[in-house]
Amino acid sequence: MQLKLVTLNVNGRKHYVALPPNVTLLQALRDLGYTDVKNGCEKGDCGACAVLLNGQAVNSCLVLAWQADQSEIVTNAGLGTMDHPHPLQEAFADTGAVQCGYCTPGMIVAARALLDRNPHPSEDEIRAAISGNLCRCTGYGQIIKAVQMAADEK
Amino acid sequence: MLPEFELLMPLTLPEALDWLAAGAPAVTPLAGGTSLLVDMRGGSSRPGVLMDVAGLDELHGIRQEDGHVVVGSGVTIAELLDDPLIAQYASVLRQAATSFANPLVRNRATLGGNLAYGSPAADTAPPLLVLGAEVELASQAGTRRVPLEDFWVGVRQTIRRPDELLTSIRWPVPSPDSASAFCKLALRKADAISVVNAAVMVEYFETRFFPENLVSFAPAPMCRHVRIALGAVAPRPLRARAAEDILRNRPLTPAAIAEAARLAADATSCIDDVRGSAGYRRRVTEVLVRRLLSDIIRNQVFS
Repeated sequence: MQLKLVTLNVNGRKHYVALPPNVTLLQALRDLGYTDVKNGCEKGDCGACAVLLNGQAVNSCLVLAWQADQSEIVTNAGLGTMDHPHPLQEAFADTGAVQCGYCTPGMIVAARALLDRNPHPSEDEIRAAISGNLCRCTGYGQIIKAVQMAADEK
Repeated sequence: MLPEFELLMPLTLPEALDWLAAGAPAVTPLAGGTSLLVDMRGGSSRPGVLMDVAGLDELHGIRQEDGHVVVGSGVTIAELLDDPLIAQYASVLRQAATSFANPLVRNRATLGGNLAYGSPAADTAPPLLVLGAEVELASQAGTRRVPLEDFWVGVRQTIRRPDELLTSIRWPVPSPDSASAFCKLALRKADAISVVNAAVMVEYFETRFFPENLVSFAPAPMCRHVRIALGAVAPRPLRARAAEDILRNRPLTPAAIAEAARLAADATSCIDDVRGSAGYRRRVTEVLVRRLLSDIIRNQVFS
């Protein structure tokens, strides 16, 4: 089995891990302790595993860790802390957009990618941006409000 | 868990072609992984050796060359959406890209991958077919260009040889007197495999008036020729030639459009599957082709 020393820069911190080819970025991140990156379907249908890979929101379950070598990865936890939450994180908490919380990290990553490109999105644009993130609890209404609230705040 | 495999990561295209030329063991190119890794996770595919081509610089870029638009096979669907050449010279492809899967997948899925994977429901197929696209296949022995229409020979079967890599896709810059459109029917608004997809490109000249009924005339462009491409309704994406033939040098009246739509439905060989029945798909093909042609007329005449 081939092993490669992969360098992953996650939330500003560099990690060096020896990995075989069949490990996905999702697995590598969770094994490194970034358990805010959730495993929902492992096939790119649910978006729970979404992370920013060199600034782009992707399903980490469909990226091989080797393909992410030398890349910058940002997870939801990297966007803010309990003491200094990101406006999106605050908005999600305040609007009741979090119920079970499982879709939330991926949703926030997708929303962050949207706001990076389009600081004042319309409702339709928000819906399109999170169309790869499934939520079984909220019905999406409060999630959309949260993104609008965070956009207005900035 | 993904099954075990060996992963090659060539730094250049020649290196990649060397690996493919070696022949044994067989090497499967991996780009965005949004189809292949899903199959491997699900157990329907067990390649022994994968080769990452997503990072090859030679497969990136969109440029204009000799009256053609040339797109590297490694260009992602998201990159297509952002590109000004695509917006200007391939709006039909841009439309398909807008509804392709979801934004997370679009950041990884590549145009070459979508074609090479060979699903009959590939959303980029009908637009590229009506644009008259060709694909370039490269190997250690050289390169060849093949009309996209001849690229697929069956479900998930292409004429790409095991030692070849799909390196680029090109099409002629469309005539300014042409208009095109794409649509898909799917079971969700996003993140859905097409039940039926279709694209149309009309090259027209002048608008004449034709009697609509006993008291009024309606405008109809004179159609020089039209291309109609359908997906998810046959083992491979296809052009509806008989439908195209009856519109050549004819006015695009509602009656002509209706006749073409019926012929387009006749060109299908749909199957029943989890997303729809054969009969439903056939019926929807007729509706989508009629709508696409009618919408083009409306937008051209009144815009």
